[in-house]
Amino acid sequence: MDAPQSKSRDLDKLLLRSGNLVGPGFFPGTDLRDDIREYVRVLVVGAGGLGCELLKDLALSGFRNLDVIDMDCIEVTNLNRQFLFRLEDVGKPKAEVAAKRVMERVSGVEIVPHYSRIEDKELEFYNDFNIIALGLDSIEARRYINGVACGFLEYNEDDTPKSETIKPMVDGGTEGFKGHARVIVPGVTPCFECTIWLFPPQVKFPLCTLAETPRNAAHCIEYAHLIKWHEVHGGKSFDPDVPEHMKWVYDEAVKRAELFGIPGVTYSLTQGVVKNIIPAIASTNAIISAACALETLKIVSGCSKTLANYLTYNGGEGLHTKVTEFERDKECLVCGPGILIELDTSITLQKFIDMLEEHPKLLLSKASVKHGKNSLYMQAPPVLEEMHRPNLSKSLYDLMGRVEKDTVHVFGTALKNEEKQSSLTKLRIVFKEVDGVADMDTAILRVSSKRKTPL
Amino acid sequence: MSEPKTKYDRQLRIWGEVGQAALEEASICLLNCGPTGSEALKNLVLGGVGSITIVDGSKVEIGDLGNNFMVDEKSVGESKAKTVCAFLQELNDSVKAKFIEESPDALILSNPCFFSNFTLVIATQLVGDSVVKLDRICREANVKLVFARSYGLAGFVRVSVKEHTIVDSKPDHFLDDLRLNNPWPELKSFVETIDLNVSDPVAHKHIPYVVILVKMADEWTQSHSGNLPSTREEKKEFKDFVKSKMISMDEDNYKEAIEAAFKVFAPRGISSEIQQISNDTCAEPTSTSSDFWVMVAALKEFVSNEGDGEAPLEGSIPDMTSSTEHYINLQKIYLAKAEADFLVMEERVRNILKNIGRDPSSISKPTIKSFCKNARKLKVCRYRMVEEEFNNPSVTEIQKCLADEDYSGAMGFYILLRAVDRFAANYNKFPGQFDGGMDEDISRLKTTALSLLTDLGCNGSVLPDDLINEMCRFGASELHVVAAFLGGIASQEAIKLVTKQFIPMLGTYIFNGIDHKSQLLTL
Repeated sequence: MDAPQSKSRDLDKLLLRSGNLVGPGFFPGTDLRDDIREYVRVLVVGAGGLGCELLKDLALSGFRNLDVIDMDCIEVTNLNRQFLFRLEDVGKPKAEVAAKRVMERVSGVEIVPHYSRIEDKELEFYNDFNIIALGLDSIEARRYINGVACGFLEYNEDDTPKSETIKPMVDGGTEGFKGHARVIVPGVTPCFECTIWLFPPQVKFPLCTLAETPRNAAHCIEYAHLIKWHEVHGGKSFDPDVPEHMKWVYDEAVKRAELFGIPGVTYSLTQGVVKNIIPAIASTNAIISAACALETLKIVSGCSKTLANYLTYNGGEGLHTKVTEFERDKECLVCGPGILIELDTSITLQKFIDMLEEHPKLLLSKASVKHGKNSLYMQAPPVLEEMHRPNLSKSLYDLMGRVEKDTVHVFGTALKNEEKQSSLTKLRIVFKEVDGVADMDTAILRVSSKRKTPL
Repeated sequence: MSEPKTKYDRQLRIWGEVGQAALEEASICLLNCGPTGSEALKNLVLGGVGSITIVDGSKVEIGDLGNNFMVDEKSVGESKAKTVCAFLQELNDSVKAKFIEESPDALILSNPCFFSNFTLVIATQLVGDSVVKLDRICREANVKLVFARSYGLAGFVRVSVKEHTIVDSKPDHFLDDLRLNNPWPELKSFVETIDLNVSDPVAHKHIPYVVILVKMADEWTQSHSGNLPSTREEKKEFKDFVKSKMISMDEDNYKEAIEAAFKVFAPRGISSEIQQISNDTCAEPTSTSSDFWVMVAALKEFVSNEGDGEAPLEGSIPDMTSSTEHYINLQKIYLAKAEADFLVMEERVRNILKNIGRDPSSISKPTIKSFCKNARKLKVCRYRMVEEEFNNPSVTEIQKCLADEDYSGAMGFYILLRAVDRFAANYNKFPGQFDGGMDEDISRLKTTALSLLTDLGCNGSVLPDDLINEMCRFGASELHVVAAFLGGIASQEAIKLVTKQFIPMLGTYIFNGIDHKSQLLTL
């Protein structure tokens, strides 16, 4: 009686039917559904609590070409939430087991695992994906991927982002009953760096508390971990994954606590403090990943409007979700276009540095200049200054490898609101061809504008 | 060592051994194991719940392969309950997993007693009447109930329990119990032994702020007819007064004192919420009173007598700049008072138990101790029956939300989720469920929704056409990502209800997957 059912019976309702509350450029139909299956590639970064859920969610949302990258191996403490892993998998690489398990259950999906550090991949690796979904547990890792994705971004003359260079990301994070999910479209929404102030600084105990006036168990533990370890073990670095190391710290913490009459040092607390263990449960990870995967589907297909742009979640005290629309920092060093500076190819590095001081938007004195990974000139320390000094008389165009345009970072002292401040700024250098040999002193420095106005 | 415990390490750090034990004793019943139910149960199985029973009469279809991780190609044609059960069992073999191949709607009608066997029931994708009937059954049997429904990019989760009392509520932000505005004799004596004006600068900056503030508050009251600072000017003056004692800019203890000065101005006594709980009718103990209410009765007595308006002292103090010696001594003083308050509370509890004809030792010391520690954070959650809400929702709330930009999507979906069930009852299908006749379905849904609004007493209210269109577009689909989200929430609520820690949601959570402006609605 029933016609042969489609496997994507439920998804089809969103992808094959037109709607009113949809994204721009949404063309419902089997082509869309099939294109997503065939061509769209999604990278899942992390195969832990969020990553496992993301792989499942994406595989069951019409995506067929997934990659997953994770440098860790499975541990017993993962098993309360990383549902793709079993006891016998302990010790194996997370990415590989996760990929295998999802492929076993969802036929037709291809998942390529990468058991490696995210830093070890070529930048072009990341450029192969339509969208990147992050299931990470550290700020540093997020910053790294954000830098990579935003690095692909190029801008038009009018400071609008070039759409074909935009690499969207969806980022999730959880802790206990709390979490967040956010959409990052470089050049459009704030990137991770634009809103770095959202993340509270890590709790660090003052050294004098640890050394002189400990008051609680955590102080005793960190004393053993950060101070006593080095006193006794010299150069040997502390490895929290080595049980003997952890036990040593625990024993020392107990001794110190007894000395000061402080209660509460337990082995569990010791591990928690030293490893900065974040409590984690399956439900929060499931919720946040689902939100991220839903946004991934929407961004790729346009089948509905997208989250704009940050969702916070708290499920411990009742249930609270909130959407905040954060704004981009136009001067963001990572995703911003950088201040446009047009130069003649003949201008020397010295002249360039001199001009930064007079540039109305910069007023930057004692500038050090960096081009990608190369330092072109450093004001300090003296050894490095001397080393880079010969560059000053060379042309900037040559030093930058004779490219027509590129990004340069300058660091120095800027005058902001009549106050001197250290400042790191991103500049977009564009070289204009000059006829004949120009006098270096009359090299023209222009502020971004369509008119050519001599100084 | 006990490797199961290592497995649960990351969650033990949240709800402790006591919470874990409660989970491991719980028996959960799931109705319908489509993705919404399966995902909810997955999270509970991973967490080590005692036992699960899946009730679902359907067979695995090809379409299920596209939204349910727990079924695979081999299982097409087989019982969905059996298939999902087998998958979940494999996730955690310390959970007892069973299944019953029967339609939940039929079971609700034929065997209501079935549900009394469980600690908690998670009812997913139930439609209309079954919801109301199940709610009555579970209310009667005193079984906790969580509803969840995924519908396209919309859905909801709702808890339904007659009364859920919480001692260990673990609120995110709660003021410490330092009693700077009402120090007791032993604290005062201790403070007196410390001289703020000590000459040694190191000692000067290692006097804990508790001591500083108690001393200075005392000085202030002496020169202000026994009153603490109350006006804005007085509060500023007090802070300046504290600041004047600093002998150098790097005295963290004084900086902390200035920041914590507001604790001196805070009102004394118990909060209005605790007051309300104490005055609740259930706080009049009878032989059938739960342990919670017996202890509340004792609390009420304590507050009126030994407490002199205050609850038992919580007993812990936050970390603060201080010499180790001062800090440890201060800690001991707080612990001693907390212990003394506990002993009084214990006595009162035992007396009340005697008076209501119960064994005086039937409430354990640790239970009473925990109650004392959490006395200021108690919570009582009571939920309206679904039937009541359906027949008599808060009209003002509905109208207000429909008119508010951030709430109109969620409230629109709330109405439409009910309207589609009405539609289904009338037309034997959900709007947009099949590909033909979309326009007709849209106009019928609109009519149904408007008549529902009228029945609820919201005659003037309108639902945006775009939302009605979307609802038809969804065609009663169960998308995996929405199911995983709502299943996640349902499982989280179940955990809070079973462990009796943290605070369950109070209201109906409406999921709005279009812009994520989901809301918790109390109707």
